[in-house]
Amino acid sequence: MSVDMRTFLAHVELANPITTAAGCASSGRELAQFFDLHRLGALTTRSITMAPRAGRPTPRMAETPSGMLNAVGLQGPGIDVFLERELPWLAQRGIKTIVSIGGGTVAEYSELARRLADAPGVTALEVNLSCPNMEDRGRVFAREGSAAAEVIASVRSIMRYDVPVVAKLAPDVADIVAVARACVDAGADALSMINNPLGMAIDTETLRPSLAAVTGGLSGPAVLPLAVRCVWQVHAALPGVPLIGIGGVMSGRDAFQLVLAGACAVGVGTALFHDPYACLRIERELEDLLRARGLQRLADAVGLAHRPPGSAPRHLLVDTEESAP
Amino acid sequence: MAGTPVQVTGTVLTTRRVDAYHALTVVAPGIAEGFRPGHFVSVAVGGAHTSMVTRRAFSIHDVKSDYGGTVELVFTTGGRGTAWLAERRARDTLDLVGPLGRPFPLPRDPVHCVLVGSEYGSAVLFPLADALLARACRVDFVLGGAGAERVFGAMRARRIAQTTTLTTEDGSLGLRGKVTDALPSVIADTRADVVYACAPMETLRAVTAVAMEFDIPVQVAVEEQMACGIGVCMTCVIPVIGDDGATRMVRACAEGPVFRGERVRFEDVGTIPFDALGAPGGGARHVS
Repeated sequence: MSVDMRTFLAHVELANPITTAAGCASSGRELAQFFDLHRLGALTTRSITMAPRAGRPTPRMAETPSGMLNAVGLQGPGIDVFLERELPWLAQRGIKTIVSIGGGTVAEYSELARRLADAPGVTALEVNLSCPNMEDRGRVFAREGSAAAEVIASVRSIMRYDVPVVAKLAPDVADIVAVARACVDAGADALSMINNPLGMAIDTETLRPSLAAVTGGLSGPAVLPLAVRCVWQVHAALPGVPLIGIGGVMSGRDAFQLVLAGACAVGVGTALFHDPYACLRIERELEDLLRARGLQRLADAVGLAHRPPGSAPRHLLVDTEESAP
Repeated sequence: MAGTPVQVTGTVLTTRRVDAYHALTVVAPGIAEGFRPGHFVSVAVGGAHTSMVTRRAFSIHDVKSDYGGTVELVFTTGGRGTAWLAERRARDTLDLVGPLGRPFPLPRDPVHCVLVGSEYGSAVLFPLADALLARACRVDFVLGGAGAERVFGAMRARRIAQTTTLTTEDGSLGLRGKVTDALPSVIADTRADVVYACAPMETLRAVTAVAMEFDIPVQVAVEEQMACGIGVCMTCVIPVIGDDGATRMVRACAEGPVFRGERVRFEDVGTIPFDALGAPGGGARHVS
């Protein structure tokens, strides 16, 4: 029995639920050395910014228990080079591409959306809301429902309606459901969570912070429970909204947790640093887990953990009845 | 330039101590085939259920065709990851990705080459020396370290090179001092046409300065902390001047680890130079 792994991000169909997490697959070429990118549900690009960005100084990375901190600072060549070289490369190959964008002002996000609105090859637009809002004392967009909503409303009004707008949420908030609801009310077609929570490590040799930027985003298995919790809470509150679950997914079992919590797609990030084939392996493992539990469609597993305690999934009851003497 | 990297499960063939370092020979056919001097591999450490999520990068010391292709890694134990690696024994398996990076460019003509290595950075110079000798180049070594046991490969260098100059900071072997103290006279004596070096950044900076004084090209293999080794994590960047004169923060793993020494802005490593492309505040405007 093969499992139907198709999933829908709003109305866009993906062949399977596994995507790369923004900032963890660059623009695809590096991973393409290892495997055919068509085997991904979608490739999510690093966050594209208006101007070229050199990013933060090194050291940018510190390994932490079951995780790592990073402070790369959205290094990239900017939207012009992205449109000229990177997006066409993906588009020509017909790779489903979720373009992530990052900006410091609402106007910057709008301008990025405008530049991408007519570009061929954009499967969905993911709005990285974890950038500091330059117009509001550097407060991060994702930490404020109204600021996040303003960005989403503006981007949604510019993007074509056949391109879903995905709001990427940060977990460092008092109430992630409130931010999620504000984004959905503003027109987000889907949500992805979580972006890296902020963390810090101190080098006990140099007696200084390990990262040049002092703080950085924490990723890896250490944050999986945080992602499962966020996906769970938002799915419970907004059951109809497609969610991309991201955070510390290293195995099919980790992905399965996010699916059971309510994610219809799963982003793989830090695992790619460890294993360039992580996406393919995780997809295969997830499929095996679904099959082993008698689930014929991925869609049947989405949010399944929300059912009341004691109630078995319907298909499992059917199986039991059939096997009874 | 780089061979197409592959991920393989390699089997440890031998482990041994060489001077103060660990050397691990691993059967890794796919990697050995595509290897060029200067390439490196990344190794997953800690086993299947490890809490260590980033790979460790190691330059390749040697490649042999025995057992279908083996690679030899030389390293020192710094943290938990390398300590785990040092505990591997014959028949253990290792998850390797490689060959990675841009290898050393080789001269077309038989020229005189000085190879400069400090501590276990020297390891990467031996396959380079073999390739240069195969092209009838003259090879001279300058190897150094803090003390005698930390100078890697002195015996082998003596065997294959025209001359080998050793330096130690404590004077326990060869000349007292650093490799760069001995380098000018070696360049002058051998009438070197090119310098190749692998060492910590500070040493590479000094080696580059010496080579520039003699007005000869210098190729350096940098050592930078990496999380992925394949060019996606963006953590191993250093400021490098491009053909167009503009400085960019480039990945040591994908664009390197070998760079032309005079193109690396050693004094600015660990910073974003104000005139780097995309630097805060406008960047490229200051580039002439």
